[in-house]
Amino acid sequence: MSALARLRAKLQRTLAIARKEFRQLARDRMTLGFVVGIPSLQLVLFGYAINLDVRQVPTAVLDQSRSAISRKLVAQLEATQTFHVTHDVADEGAAFRLLQSGKVGAVVVVPDDFPRRLQRGRGAIIEILTDASNPTVASAVAAAGQGLDRWLAERLDSFRTAGETPALRPAARDGTARGPTPELVRPGAIRIEVLPLYNPERRTAVFIVPGLVGVILTMTMMLMTALAIVRERERGSFEFLIATPVRSSEVMIGKILPYLLVGHVQVALVLGLGRVLFDVPLHGSPLDLGLGALPFLAAMLALGLLISTAARTQFQAIQMAFFFFLPSMLLSGFMFPFEAMPRPAQWIGQVLPLTHFLRVVRGILMKGAPIEALAAEVWAIVAFLVVALVVATLSFRKRLE
Amino acid sequence: MSAGGEAVIEARGLTRRFGSKRAVDGLDLRVERGEIFGCLGPNGSGKSTLMRMLLGLLAPSEGSARVLGHEIPRDAEALRPAVGYMTQRFSLYDDLDVRENLEFGAEIFGLSRARRRTRIAAALDRYGLAGYARTRAAALSGGWKQRLALAVATIHEPELLVLDEPTAGVDPQSRRAFWAQLFELAAQGTTVFVSTHYMDEAVRCHRLCFLRDGRRVALGAPAALLRPLAGRVLEVEGGRAEALLAPLAASPLVASTTQLGDAVHLLLARGAPGPEQAASEIQRFLAAGGLPDVRVRPGIPSLEDVFVAILLGESSEEAAA
Repeated sequence: MSALARLRAKLQRTLAIARKEFRQLARDRMTLGFVVGIPSLQLVLFGYAINLDVRQVPTAVLDQSRSAISRKLVAQLEATQTFHVTHDVADEGAAFRLLQSGKVGAVVVVPDDFPRRLQRGRGAIIEILTDASNPTVASAVAAAGQGLDRWLAERLDSFRTAGETPALRPAARDGTARGPTPELVRPGAIRIEVLPLYNPERRTAVFIVPGLVGVILTMTMMLMTALAIVRERERGSFEFLIATPVRSSEVMIGKILPYLLVGHVQVALVLGLGRVLFDVPLHGSPLDLGLGALPFLAAMLALGLLISTAARTQFQAIQMAFFFFLPSMLLSGFMFPFEAMPRPAQWIGQVLPLTHFLRVVRGILMKGAPIEALAAEVWAIVAFLVVALVVATLSFRKRLE
Repeated sequence: MSAGGEAVIEARGLTRRFGSKRAVDGLDLRVERGEIFGCLGPNGSGKSTLMRMLLGLLAPSEGSARVLGHEIPRDAEALRPAVGYMTQRFSLYDDLDVRENLEFGAEIFGLSRARRRTRIAAALDRYGLAGYARTRAAALSGGWKQRLALAVATIHEPELLVLDEPTAGVDPQSRRAFWAQLFELAAQGTTVFVSTHYMDEAVRCHRLCFLRDGRRVALGAPAALLRPLAGRVLEVEGGRAEALLAPLAASPLVASTTQLGDAVHLLLARGAPGPEQAASEIQRFLAAGGLPDVRVRPGIPSLEDVFVAILLGESSEEAAA
């Protein structure tokens, strides 16, 4: 055979394969969805979610002075768009509970003697407590605090010429003898102190590692069970299984149980390594952590089973798992601050168990929160678990097609 | 239809369509307690589909069945504990060992701890699996896998055993041992519904049904199925058998030929004269074709001939006993 003929034969076989592959791809909607969907999804999600400008941090105000100047200050705080005042609290205990449970990212404390000190022109301090377990939020709050510092300074400078500003009127009305004189109000007299709590050095590892626990569990747990039923199908044991008296729900639970243990081992492993390598603390109780992880593990395993009942092959199962994994990573607050995401992204995020688990695991690990303080997050995960398990059980038919 | 015995399976107009294809088409069937009931047919004739419908694993498109008193598919779940099923493809767990597979079967069929212990010990002993108790199923040869599958399918002492080509790809010795086990089970009152490709196995069934394109084309005891073919089989010998095939096929009296070593086994066409007359006519026909030294004599019909007759479109439904 001539070299040319051999080349032609080679080309023909190659094209035949290419044609076959193309046809298979065109007929395999799952793979097609994967090929098209993943990049589009990535583009959209990254495009929206990468936004490190933190805005609308849920904020509690502890206004001990109850003065007009403090109200003015709070209004200015909101005008920066970094803060969004969601709670008005009466005492420090309430403020800390909100911070610990993650309901707010910052607490603005206006001391009761703030207007007086302002008039005296020294020692007027506003404290902003911020949850630095999320360093991005903490940095944003710190930056906004400094901005506010400047704003106040500028305002006070203007007193010097205007003599009086609306901001200072309430202080006068307070019954104190006189308004501040320009020479007494020096720019440096008012300080805004930002106190980063929980992770004072704002170390990223301390923030990332607990989150990583959730991310790793999402992937591994989901994949374990995603392959569980489809593997039975592929190996032929499915037909044996459905001819036995076993119930769908028994198959589901039975396939989840062993992995709950596996999941807890993974939690211990990641946190142990985090401790050794990054000095990640465990401030809360390990028992609470185990308790908090339980519904999350079960939820991911149930979701995997749901995938497994829908998938025809193991490969499809892996693809479907990935479809869920991607938004979990991007929209849960693992990669980007939840507060920084646009509203629709937050809505999706609220549905994802990882979003809630991250709050649980960060709360327990970094803030030493008791599990009771995180009950709302745990219940959200339980709700997801119940729905996933019920749907998976209903879609596991003891029938052949 | 044979009467008398208690019906274990009663199918009424069972039909299953896959797209436009009718895998099983309006099938009526009655299997009695303690029978070994064989189901024969070429690949794709609907044997597996029929079994799956009878087990409630596959919903029939039309018709229904009563199996062990349960309406199928409606009450399929209630039927499960009383049925053992051996799939065509090995469907146990390759990554479990023999004992673990037995344990899984015993547990999933809800046997008590004490009964599990005695049943597993009995199964290991009865099927000669004791020496392999700790061997992974994946490492077993075909014959041993099949023994394990039968052991698991019978671990809960089912009333009805459904076996889908259980001996496919298994050596003759293992097949003999397997059938000895089936007879033992049947003697204990287990009803066995088995599909097979092997004629030597089919002939051992109490009753048989032939399927073709999803339809029942023959039903009856093996002897009854063979009866209509009496006098329609001839053996031809002399010279090279290969040389005989083409001339024989040309004869209008011959329906089909099968080479058996040096001889040719042939089935006479329907409406051919009796065996003696047909033998001499064929001898003359071959002599005229230049093959004078050929002996033609009557032969004994086998189930293979029944099978061939059915493939040629002859229904043996009249043979139903």
